[in-house]
Amino acid sequence: MAETIIKRRGWEIAIAATVVLYLLPLLGMDLKTYLTLTIAGLAMGMMLFLVSSGLSLIFGLMDVINFAHGVCFAWGAYVAFSTFTYFDNLVQANSIFLNLLVFFMAIVAAMVVVGIVGVIVERVLVRRVYGSHLFQILITFGGMVVLTELIRIVWSPNDEVMPVPMTFRGNWDLFDIIVLKYPIIAIAVGLLVFGVMQFVLKKTKVGKIVRAGVEDPDMVQAMGHNVFFFFTAVFAAGAGLAAVGGLAMAIFNQQVYPDMGDAYLIFAFIVVIIGGLGSITGSLVGALIVGLSYNYVAYLLPPLAVGVNILIMVIILLIRPTGLFAAGK
Amino acid sequence: MQRSRMHISEEVPGVSDTILKAEDVNTYIGQHHILQGVSFDAKADGVTVLIGRNGAGKSTTLKTIMGLLPASKGKILFRGKEIQTCKPYQIARMGIGFVPEHMGIFTDLTVEENMQVAMLNEDDSTAERLEGVLTMFAALKKFWHTKAGNLSGGQKQMLAIARAIVNDISLLLIDEPTKGLAPIIINALIDAINQIKQHSVVVLVEQNFYMASSVGDVFHIVDDGRVVHSGMMADLVENEELQSKYLGISKAAK
Repeated sequence: MAETIIKRRGWEIAIAATVVLYLLPLLGMDLKTYLTLTIAGLAMGMMLFLVSSGLSLIFGLMDVINFAHGVCFAWGAYVAFSTFTYFDNLVQANSIFLNLLVFFMAIVAAMVVVGIVGVIVERVLVRRVYGSHLFQILITFGGMVVLTELIRIVWSPNDEVMPVPMTFRGNWDLFDIIVLKYPIIAIAVGLLVFGVMQFVLKKTKVGKIVRAGVEDPDMVQAMGHNVFFFFTAVFAAGAGLAAVGGLAMAIFNQQVYPDMGDAYLIFAFIVVIIGGLGSITGSLVGALIVGLSYNYVAYLLPPLAVGVNILIMVIILLIRPTGLFAAGK
Repeated sequence: MQRSRMHISEEVPGVSDTILKAEDVNTYIGQHHILQGVSFDAKADGVTVLIGRNGAGKSTTLKTIMGLLPASKGKILFRGKEIQTCKPYQIARMGIGFVPEHMGIFTDLTVEENMQVAMLNEDDSTAERLEGVLTMFAALKKFWHTKAGNLSGGQKQMLAIARAIVNDISLLLIDEPTKGLAPIIINALIDAINQIKQHSVVVLVEQNFYMASSVGDVFHIVDDGRVVHSGMMADLVENEELQSKYLGISKAAK
């Protein structure tokens, strides 16, 4: 009896439990702080979504564990840093139009440059080690070290201050609640990317082939599609998405540093495992869970901020070993 | 494309052009030497059945033809052209359809999306074939927008075959379509394969002797990674000694 109720109403119960769980921090803080943390958590979740969705697709489609994914995040941040420095007049202009223009220029530049880096990494490193996780970890770890050192050579070994476009600074005051402007922009960018990815994956033929490839790449090959072409394309797109995540995070924290990718790679892996391999919706939900939990716990019990996410991952794995939204394998 | 007129072999009389020819094909899976020199022909105007015990190498033969497993030695000729070094997607685009043992259904995609991934062209003739396929397998039309993972076993098998024949293929490789299906569905599959063989050559791997004998014209018995006996299906049906020797079919079991 109880079992059938859980089976039939499983999602409703899970969502209700999650809502209750995420209201609990209210006991330890006032409403204003709670709302501020919630918005920060959602923004962090969106940036994590950008990093982890690419990782998830690469993991799901190609069965590749890509440790170089985090450094694509850092490269994206640095390309945006250069774009902002070069077009400083647009960044400093007090015009939302010019600020958005330079913001989207940075996004395009980061996606293109890091997408090319992704193609090179896939062609030169990853293609040799398909099917062997151990070699993938070793070779992509090597790639990560080289690409991080390249940042130190091309840009600088030191931390840099990331400029923030003029109209992205500051906050809105809504009924006495302070709402920072930039997190709202980051949330909007994340939702936009999610929408575009859903459209491509659900409505276009390429997207359908990629989703089919996540389930059974051999079968997709046997149906006449060159899976390796799609592997390269997804790798480049995944790297490009990580780059957008990186630039979004750099503006949020107002700094760039060469190994900034490492810190977020661990979160990205947690998100992918929680959300399920190869699922974009899973990445979004997983990223929001991690982003919110991190922010609440970091306020209440700072030393446990990362640990609580690992605990959530363990609990979800115990209930659903394939993650929340794993594509059927 | 080179197309050779073959002499009618003594073993397998009564059929004409060779579409597929395997010559001394060897395949390893890891350290295991699975195919140890498989040789057989599949000729136009008929269904070629590969039969044999579990683990004899039948599925490995089909996967090797499809390029999913590399042949370490030997030749595979499709319409006279060597294909053993080609990639699976190149082989598929030459006009070979493949239905693997576990059907290879994309469970997260709808029936419609499964068919869209399968269709290599979007021309009128593909649309016409799609219509024909949906007439043959009416259930697919009914569940067109359903996730393929929610179909029944028989419907999944129909979808797997439909995906393979929606393109303009001249050879269809099917691996054990009857596995785990109810007898009534097996009869529907027999009808389907009898229709498909009007348009393309079929190579069928089958353990179910009823299915094999209902659709097969020519048989090859695979044992220990080799073809050990070939002939006309009608003769095998009569030959109980051969059946019990290689297929483990006894009178009582039939």
